[in-house]
Amino acid sequence: MTKYELRIIKSKVISVILTFITIVSTFPFLLVLYFIMKNGISVINWEFLTSLPKPVGEPGGGILNAIIGTAILVTIALILSVPFGILAGIYLAERSETKIAFISRLVSEILQGVPSIVIGIIAYLWVVKPIGYFSALSGGVALGIIMLPLVIKSTEEILKLIPHELKEASLALGVPYYKTILKVMIPAGLSGILTGVLTGIARIAGETAPLLFTAFGNPFLSFNILKPISALPLLIFTYAISPYENWWAKAWGASCILVFFVLSLNIITRLISTRR
Amino acid sequence: MSDIVLRTENLTASYDEHIAVKNVNLSIVRNKITAIMGPSGCGKTTLIRCFNRMHELSPKARVEGKVFLIENSNEVIDIYSVDPMLVRRKIGMVFQKPNPFPTMSIYENVIAGYILNGIRLKKSDADEIVEETLKKVSLWDEVKDQLRKKGAFLSGGQQQRLCIARALAMKPDVILLDEPTSALDPVATMKIEELLEQLKNTVTIVIVTHNVGQAGRVSDYVAFMYLGELVEYGPTDVIFTRPSHEKTEEFLSGKIG
Repeated sequence: MTKYELRIIKSKVISVILTFITIVSTFPFLLVLYFIMKNGISVINWEFLTSLPKPVGEPGGGILNAIIGTAILVTIALILSVPFGILAGIYLAERSETKIAFISRLVSEILQGVPSIVIGIIAYLWVVKPIGYFSALSGGVALGIIMLPLVIKSTEEILKLIPHELKEASLALGVPYYKTILKVMIPAGLSGILTGVLTGIARIAGETAPLLFTAFGNPFLSFNILKPISALPLLIFTYAISPYENWWAKAWGASCILVFFVLSLNIITRLISTRR
Repeated sequence: MSDIVLRTENLTASYDEHIAVKNVNLSIVRNKITAIMGPSGCGKTTLIRCFNRMHELSPKARVEGKVFLIENSNEVIDIYSVDPMLVRRKIGMVFQKPNPFPTMSIYENVIAGYILNGIRLKKSDADEIVEETLKKVSLWDEVKDQLRKKGAFLSGGQQQRLCIARALAMKPDVILLDEPTSALDPVATMKIEELLEQLKNTVTIVIVTHNVGQAGRVSDYVAFMYLGELVEYGPTDVIFTRPSHEKTEEFLSGKIG
């Protein structure tokens, strides 16, 4: 065997190993999907999606409280994080060399790494304690803080990718700076900003820890943001550790819905960013 | 050289420590094409970016001296004492790389200056400006059936003509072109050069180029810059046949550049 042949064989072996490992690395996700579908899909029906939990022992009932709860929590988080995140992202992209930009970029990156339960504690101190009881608002604040760095980062990154010439074209037409940002830069980066927001939603929709002592959970339907509220991950947690078999089934069903929600957000995100 | 539209007085421009333009005194003649040529890094682009106050947008940029715009009514504007937005509407600019707004249609790109500045146009007025301006840049016949399409679908040369149209639509006194053909192929370049010849009846054109041939083909007056200084300035035929400065001779014959 010549040196040349040996090299070809080595190259083939490594290529096969890499392919194999790549395929294996998709297994965990496929397994999760398989078990959730197997145990959860049979639970899901119209009643499961549109009715409230029934008392233990009674058959039927659904998880409407948790679906509405998650929707409200995510909405509060969006209202808090998107405006701040986009504005901060614009600042970081436009004044990237300043000291303030340097520090806030660092702080935002650190915030992204803070364990979510710690952020739950912060929301507890800031919102739950002053108000005196657990609330949807406090849960939304916690989720909003988790989402903030994601929105900042994606806005900054996308604005930096927009060619400098585009901004100059607008300024050279006598368009003031703030209008240039609002009418040229933001529209040009909109798909990227949207991608960041959707990724953020996908991230916070499944967060459980920061909700344990903020949103707290609620077996009844609630629209009051100053009262405790249910959420899909909280309901899954409560039901999964309960001693009742039909609650376990409901936890599978709720997991199934959560996974599909996050999965479809990811697919939409991918579609938007490949279209760009 | 009687009818002057733009005049600089001891214009010096710098980035941080680096002085890019040194003490330039230059008078641009109305409704003529003035080419500014010179080797890379000689300050040509910086010079014209001082004319519409784009230079000051660069970090740590400084400008000293004066630039005057003399309008048709003989009204003299000291451009560094008025709102830069106003200056930029009177002195348009076309860049090296074609840069139509990607989120806007061809139609919107032409009137982008109005849209972005929030100036409301009647539908009929807007239609008229779009048609007239696109005809001026010889783009109308090529795009009249696809005005609602995005500008990014056009070829590079068409995009650059669209950018010229966008500058012209604001009805400026002067348009500055910063190496407008350096990203284009020879055929598209030729079209733009022909276009400039037609446009000079309505607007004064200042074109930056590092291409000696282009300067010779298109311009009525030519300025040669070297290391930030204005070496020589005069009618193109005089400078190209009898340059009075050694450096100009060297640049024209390709010894430096």
